[in-house]
Amino acid sequence: MRRIGVFVCHCGTNIASTVDVKAVAETLGKEPAVVFATDYPYMCSEAGQNIIKEAIKEHKLEGVVVCSCSPRMHEATFRKAVASAGLNPYMLEVANIREQCSWIHKDKEEGTAKAIVLGRAAIAKVQLNAPLTAGESPVVKRALVIGGGIAGIQTALDIAEAGYPVDIVEKEPTIGGKMTQIDKTFPTLDCSSCILTPKMVECSQNENITIYSYSEVEAVTGFVGNFSVKIRRKKRYVDETKCTGCGICTEKCPVKNVPSAYDLGLKNHRAIYIPFAQAIPNVAVIDADYCNKLTKGKCGICSKFCSAGAINYEQEDQIVEEKYGAIIAATGYNPISLDGYDEYAYSQSKDVVTSLEFERILKADGPTEGHLERLSDGKQPKTIVFVQCVGSRQSADAAHGGCGKEYCSKICCMYTAKHAMYCREKYPDTDVYVFYIDVRTPGKNYDEFYRRAVEQYGVHYIKGMVGKVAPQADGSLMVQASDLLSNEQLHIKADMVVLAAAIEPNKSARPLATMLTASMDTNDFFTEAHAKLRPVESPTAGVFLSGVCQGPKDIPETVSQASAAAAKALGLLAKDKLSCNPCVAHSDEMMCNGCSSCANVCPYGAITYSDKEFRGPNRTTLIRRVASVNAAVCQGCGACTVACPSGAMDLKGFSTSQIMAEVDAICK
Amino acid sequence: MIFSYFPGCTLKTKAKELDRYARASAEALGFTLEELPDWQCCGGVYPMAKNETATKLSSVRALVSAREKGQALVTLCSACHNVIKQVNHDMQTDEDIQMKANNYMKLETPYTGETEVLHYLEVLRDKVGFDKVAAAVKNPLTGKKIAAYYGCLLLRPGKVMQMDNPENPKILEDFIRAIGAEPVLYPQRNECCGGYMTMEEKSVAVSRSTTVMDSAKEFGAEMVITACPLCLYNLKKNSGSELPVVYFTELLAEALGVK
Amino acid sequence: MADLKEQVLRTSGVNPLKCMRCGKCSATCPSYDAMEYHPHQFVYMVEKGDIETLMQSESIYKCLSCFACLERCPRNVEPAKLVEAVRLAVIRQQGQNHLKPEQIPAMLDEDLPQQAIVSAFRKYSK
Repeated sequence: MRRIGVFVCHCGTNIASTVDVKAVAETLGKEPAVVFATDYPYMCSEAGQNIIKEAIKEHKLEGVVVCSCSPRMHEATFRKAVASAGLNPYMLEVANIREQCSWIHKDKEEGTAKAIVLGRAAIAKVQLNAPLTAGESPVVKRALVIGGGIAGIQTALDIAEAGYPVDIVEKEPTIGGKMTQIDKTFPTLDCSSCILTPKMVECSQNENITIYSYSEVEAVTGFVGNFSVKIRRKKRYVDETKCTGCGICTEKCPVKNVPSAYDLGLKNHRAIYIPFAQAIPNVAVIDADYCNKLTKGKCGICSKFCSAGAINYEQEDQIVEEKYGAIIAATGYNPISLDGYDEYAYSQSKDVVTSLEFERILKADGPTEGHLERLSDGKQPKTIVFVQCVGSRQSADAAHGGCGKEYCSKICCMYTAKHAMYCREKYPDTDVYVFYIDVRTPGKNYDEFYRRAVEQYGVHYIKGMVGKVAPQADGSLMVQASDLLSNEQLHIKADMVVLAAAIEPNKSARPLATMLTASMDTNDFFTEAHAKLRPVESPTAGVFLSGVCQGPKDIPETVSQASAAAAKALGLLAKDKLSCNPCVAHSDEMMCNGCSSCANVCPYGAITYSDKEFRGPNRTTLIRRVASVNAAVCQGCGACTVACPSGAMDLKGFSTSQIMAEVDAICK
Repeated sequence: MIFSYFPGCTLKTKAKELDRYARASAEALGFTLEELPDWQCCGGVYPMAKNETATKLSSVRALVSAREKGQALVTLCSACHNVIKQVNHDMQTDEDIQMKANNYMKLETPYTGETEVLHYLEVLRDKVGFDKVAAAVKNPLTGKKIAAYYGCLLLRPGKVMQMDNPENPKILEDFIRAIGAEPVLYPQRNECCGGYMTMEEKSVAVSRSTTVMDSAKEFGAEMVITACPLCLYNLKKNSGSELPVVYFTELLAEALGVK
Repeated sequence: MADLKEQVLRTSGVNPLKCMRCGKCSATCPSYDAMEYHPHQFVYMVEKGDIETLMQSESIYKCLSCFACLERCPRNVEPAKLVEAVRLAVIRQQGQNHLKPEQIPAMLDEDLPQQAIVSAFRKYSK
């Protein structure tokens, strides 16, 4: 029998209030093989860890059981402590008497009895532990950033600055994201393009950064430090290496009715186009659905005028395969579709617009060249109504339930205050109303910003929602709303209505999460490893999160998070080797019959088969097909051990005999 | 196609035209409305209280009657449709009402909402098809600008009625196109006419119906059609508008040449 | 009074705590101007337990049962069901029918559909 030490943690009152920890230590101390048992308020603290280390030395312990919180919290901590005292770190077992005991029971007698049983099971298991050694895997020193908006750009710049190569994959023809469409940014009201374009240029000029624009990630295999990624470079029909961005093709193209994605369909561009003047890369792209040459075989004007000979109608998609050590998701957001909100007449009147469309109207390169005009007749609106929370803060069982989001989209209160102030500043004869439920201004200088809208600019902020927007025959919009503070139902004749539509993650995020095996919540936001302490890492090792793909946020937060994600990625890239989890599956070749059951259930593709030679009877050699596990890829999930019909597959650190020993101890 | 048919009290008396034209048109379009042998007034409004069972029973009886014949139940009056469909939904989802109603009725097989409830318009759209309706039209109402008035009961609550998008419906506009006319859209077409408020506080019904009719007129309507006898009454008598208000089945019959 | 509130909540099946005080119900209500207390206030007052004030107000008889507030409420509070429950709290008492048969003949005209009378009776009396 091994010499076992038992250490029971109070965890302050988290465990001690429902479990009599002293009794647990005393009882477990009487178990055969236990030569030392004690309890302590915070086992994970330095003092607590020292108790373990000293006990190992003093009592020549060969196995350690810590009864404490979940191993997900501190198994790593205790392994380190044990290792520094000279004992193999895998000779440690954690009995979870917090999440699985004290936190779910209210009766102290019950809790204590259960804690003792859990402790016994851990003691039984650790008797059978083998001293394992962690393997190593290399780290590819290259990062992949998926998404080229401000989040992706910032992350890439920070990684490049530290001296590592980084690739940005962006599915639009240009990087820049939403900030390229925005006019001014709160709370400082500086020009969005002015602060963004220098960073975009830096990305294109930085030696360490490679931009794959008009490209998408198609497949990801591998694991942390060693990802293999397939990138599909979609066909532009323009050779990026030859195009100078002169723009002549975009002037000569005869097809003029292609709705511009950059302008949200409010403006058209030609079939061959550069999305906007400051696009990076500044290279044209042909929309194959509209191009006469590509759809009907007639035309070819752009090619005739191109002095660089960059047009290539035969261009195909190109697949690039590359290896990366770290992947950062930065896929961003879009406003939701307003199909379910017809009470606001969005689909019935051109003068009811979303806030992003309004942003395009305000911006100088937009459909109205920066003049505040109604999209229906070009007249200046004299009364504008802003409606907040369209599709946000909506419970799942509400009538609109399927279309809306339960969360608050976070940025709308601020950008509406910005829009309202803009209108009053540039067009002081315009009456501006904002109908709100709450005004949320959680950032630095944010509340002061909103108060300026009310006190300095005279924007009418009315607490109450809009019930209906009724387009009138004379082209105006009758807005029916409630004023909760004065108890009135208002009927306001407006010229323009702006809807603060909820934001949701980009639709490409969910398939990407599947490719990365990264977890996602029901709103399609990437889940972080820990909501407070690890906000920029995915629970999937090697995948990091940057920007709105992780949750709604404004530009200052996005940039902060982008740099944080970069820092975490750099922490990974700076290592030459990663130590692997040694608790991996292992196949006993003498028992394996090559049936493939294990390989079929492995979610990580960690099992392969090969033909091996074995000594047979009468000095013959037999060739048998046996399984072998790639210890670097195996995550130790155990599915193969269950599927294996012969029992050849077993899990190190969680062997069948160990688990049976635990069950026996519990059932005693 | 044969459907069980629940006419409702008003269709047998003050709104005979709604019923008469509907049956004639059904014949012309190849489906039959078989009136339930035994039915009682639905009550006109759906009782929202969770602890009211007796007031829902006439609807349950109608639904069971249709189930016995293995037919879907068709209604014509918006109010009956609203009451019966909502009660059917209760019988499908509310265990308490289901239990109490079944305990009272003592049926051989308890009723748990098996019957499909259809409005006549849904029969036209989903079972016959507006294209077939258009093909059967002999006297298209070409050039007529017609405003559809839905009122509230056909559309809401959207989750239960499931007839169309409550905020931007198109079933009646598609119907208008099928009979060859031009539909007129206006914002008040899905807002309440005042309903039973004409009995309690007439000024509310006057105000509401006037708003509806003014809106229809503002957008160029020459005529307003509806499926509800109470809506028709309010829009005709309480709005002070001169625009004609008729039942949609009257226009359907006219278009099919069976008026 | 806790009893009345509990009764109203039980009759209506509504949870007034779901309300986020946005006011969209009142913004939507076609009968707003005829009411002393409006849908958003109803929900608030029921939650506070101020049922008697509502029971004594004429507002509870002005609801059109048009379900617009149900359709547009972003939190699925269903204010119309609450209004009906408060109305029933009055009407279900002895002798408290709001509409009595004797009142009907004066309201009749030759075009008034039965539907109107039946609906009014269902809403306003036991």
